[in-house]
Amino acid sequence: MEIIKTDVAIVGAGGAGLRAAIALAEADPKLRIALISKVYPMRSHTCAAEGGAAGVIKSDDSLDLHFNDTVGGGDWLCDQNAVEYFINEAPKELMQLEHWGCPWSREPDGSVAVRPFGGMKIKRTWFAADKSGFHILHTLFQTSLKYPSIQRFDEYYAIDLLVDDGRCQGLTALEIRSGEIKQFQAKSVIIAAGGAGKMFPFTTNGAIKTGDGMALAYRAGVPLKDMEFVQYHPTGLPNNGILLTEGCRGEGGILVNKDGRRYLQDYGMGPETPVGQPVLKTMELGPRDRLSQSFWHEQRKGNTVSTPWGECVLLDMRHLGEKKINERLPLVRDLCISYLGMDPVKEPIPIRPVVHYCMGGIHTDIQAATPVPGLFAAGECACVSINGANRLGSNSLTELLVFGRRAAMSAIEHLQSGLSASNDTALSAQAKASEDRIRALFERNTGTETVAGLRKEMMHTMEENAGIYRTGEELQRACEKIAELRGRYANLALTDKSKVFNTDLMQALELGSMLDCAETVAVGARDRKESRGAHQRLDFTARDDQNFLKHTLAYYHPKEPPRIEYLDVVITKSQPGVRDYSGAKK
Amino acid sequence: MSRKPYIREVSKTSWFLSQPRYKRYMAREVTCIFIFAFTFLLICALGSLGKGPEAFQSFLHALRSPLGVLLNLAALVAAIYHSMSWFDVTPQAMPIQRGEEFVPGNVIVGAHYGAWAVVSLIILIWGI
Amino acid sequence: MSEERQIQLEVLRYNPETDSQPRYQTYTVPCVNEWVVLDALNYVKENLDPTLSYRWSCHMAVCGSCGYMINGEPKLGCKAFIHEYGDHIRVEPLANFPIERDLVTVVEDFIAKLASVKPYLIPKEDKPISAGEFRQTPAELKKYKQYTLCINCMLCYAACPQYGLVPEFLGPAAISMAHRYNQDSRDGGRDQRQEVIATDEGVWECSFVGACSEVCPKHVDPAGALQQVKVASTIDWYKEHLMPWVKK
Repeated sequence: MEIIKTDVAIVGAGGAGLRAAIALAEADPKLRIALISKVYPMRSHTCAAEGGAAGVIKSDDSLDLHFNDTVGGGDWLCDQNAVEYFINEAPKELMQLEHWGCPWSREPDGSVAVRPFGGMKIKRTWFAADKSGFHILHTLFQTSLKYPSIQRFDEYYAIDLLVDDGRCQGLTALEIRSGEIKQFQAKSVIIAAGGAGKMFPFTTNGAIKTGDGMALAYRAGVPLKDMEFVQYHPTGLPNNGILLTEGCRGEGGILVNKDGRRYLQDYGMGPETPVGQPVLKTMELGPRDRLSQSFWHEQRKGNTVSTPWGECVLLDMRHLGEKKINERLPLVRDLCISYLGMDPVKEPIPIRPVVHYCMGGIHTDIQAATPVPGLFAAGECACVSINGANRLGSNSLTELLVFGRRAAMSAIEHLQSGLSASNDTALSAQAKASEDRIRALFERNTGTETVAGLRKEMMHTMEENAGIYRTGEELQRACEKIAELRGRYANLALTDKSKVFNTDLMQALELGSMLDCAETVAVGARDRKESRGAHQRLDFTARDDQNFLKHTLAYYHPKEPPRIEYLDVVITKSQPGVRDYSGAKK
Repeated sequence: MSRKPYIREVSKTSWFLSQPRYKRYMAREVTCIFIFAFTFLLICALGSLGKGPEAFQSFLHALRSPLGVLLNLAALVAAIYHSMSWFDVTPQAMPIQRGEEFVPGNVIVGAHYGAWAVVSLIILIWGI
Repeated sequence: MSEERQIQLEVLRYNPETDSQPRYQTYTVPCVNEWVVLDALNYVKENLDPTLSYRWSCHMAVCGSCGYMINGEPKLGCKAFIHEYGDHIRVEPLANFPIERDLVTVVEDFIAKLASVKPYLIPKEDKPISAGEFRQTPAELKKYKQYTLCINCMLCYAACPQYGLVPEFLGPAAISMAHRYNQDSRDGGRDQRQEVIATDEGVWECSFVGACSEVCPKHVDPAGALQQVKVASTIDWYKEHLMPWVKK
């Protein structure tokens, strides 16, 4: 097996991974950096983010306001020391991107423009039309090409971490084009491999969002934190789940039910605001969890519109006019016309909530460090936690940058901390075991299960039992079913026996990752007997700070369901309060 | 090593037959031959002019032959096609930004046609 | 919802371990009319043949993974609608790139070319982050914005006959990206990029077939960018040789 020695190995080359790589290269040009990703960097799902990135820059805004919006939006499950660090660093990181050439939208005087987003008291979202994530990703990727010390391993799939002497010392990865497994020896490893939205059938997430990074750390003994919190974005296209950015509402789009009523006023987000004059933190600019939950109630009441693709409400942007839509929301218009055959300039667009983001992830501290020394994580795959029980829109792009860089700094501190020499024999033995595991899967001929079959059952289970509203009974069913699927996964047989670009094998490995993640979602949700943010229980409808102002930590077991522990939330200055999104009370 | 990337050879001589847009492109390029021929004719005209009035007269006479007329006609058609296909792409090749907006393509194309008409008119009047 | 219909999906297959050359395989796929070709491929992968290999991810025409030749035309699989085709659809890997396997191509050449044009901001002036942003008016932004929209899907390389004939050609997307930074009011790196793009293998290899712009799914208009680079390079040349006293 080929051994590649490097100083820092980064798994994932989206926003967080690229930001980390650049930070490492800038900090010390002599560092050897291996940037490992299962896709070419510009294919990473950061590219699909539309609305923008939050950072305090304007004189009417303040760090305190950003703090309050984030912590309140997260239903007080955020670690407040992490949030403070995050909001402090956010403007610097966004400014850094400007200096790297990101085409941020501008004010007439040439300064960076900001737009309003849901759950914000002041508008503070930096945006590049409605392709913000795309521009951030390409700016980072292109900037990374400046640094010869960043060695890319494109289309390498990370298999297992190598943990020896109590610290992470590298990983094994499959070179997809050749089918060969390589051993990466690294002093520090950063995981930045994105979320796991593909556990669900109806999601804004791309095919690659299969929780590989989360599962990688989880199998190596790092707990996954708060996995039960899965964000539904309120406005997805009903036929394929394509995201229509919150910017639609930030610019003034409204949500109406089948009677044309702006129903959000019936769910504590009113009173109704004038059409086309959005008021911050009110009505359509309420937080994502509340909006998605309102849809669920409207559907129960029979107030939704029946479409060929299921029940919907309508996102009406007609009053914005063609010019504004073209300037601020060109992608949204293009997506609606292309994929739904409807033009938002001329007609209201049917939408429904769609799985969008994992608040939970690899347990890290404020330094982006996991409990395993030498292993760091950043981005959607990590849980710092700044997102708590419900992420504030436009915090995730900023999070990639802030904690991508933070992980890089921590990785450097770690490798400079006088590490003992690595035991090559022990590492190679682990790498060999990892290779044997893949070979066994690859060569198994007697299996009865297929990737597509198990995946379909998993998705169905998650959608039916772990959606917007959950009950103990359904969640128990989900736990049992996912455990069963994990068992049946051992009987998986591949049809494709080729070594070159074997996507059957890739999808099998991805399915394994998703099943691991899905089980932590189901078990975490079943055991959290309260309703908070994106986790809503019909059998425990109130928030329970007495028992559950805590992070869920799920620990891996190869055969059993995860062991659950709890960790206190860090509270510095904001005691849990009422989430107020009603204009009336202001 | 299990990899063995397969390279599809592109025919050096018949590649343009594979796509209508390549054929259109080749048609545009072929106009060059006629324009080259016309340029060659002009040089011949200058040459004959240098040899004296008689030579020039016989050159003019030759031009009036069916072949000469045909050649000139073909060159004219080719030149018009070539010019028009160039005018059509001028908004791409020479965009003009006024304030925030770009000048609409049809204005730029129109200006080229206008300039063409004016220059042709001047030559025509001057010639008469 | 639109009605279902059956299509014959003819896919170019190539397994380097068993095939000496590519071959076609046809699948019968029940399609919903609003599907895109990528949906039909996914149907095959899930229900008929798990060995079919192809790249895809976002399904919303922004990640640039799923470029294929569809009935001979370079297209994104996620933006090629079934209803725009008849009952027989042929899918092949992007032209002008070596085939790794099935619909997967080897794209290292493009990535290397993109990197070679220095596609990053080389600021006119150094400025610390604490000093705030480089001012850029909406008009200055608009001047180059279109060229930032390239998703690196490589359809333009598959459409460009020049790239097929002369593999050394830098190609549409890479040169357009250089042009994007050259046009950015914050940038001062044009001279460095000219060394790479104003060369025989650079912009002068382009004969303006225009196919790149016709197939570009994001309306970047690389052909336009390349002609602008030619015009600017020509002006450079005249300045240098006829007016050497005028410094650029």
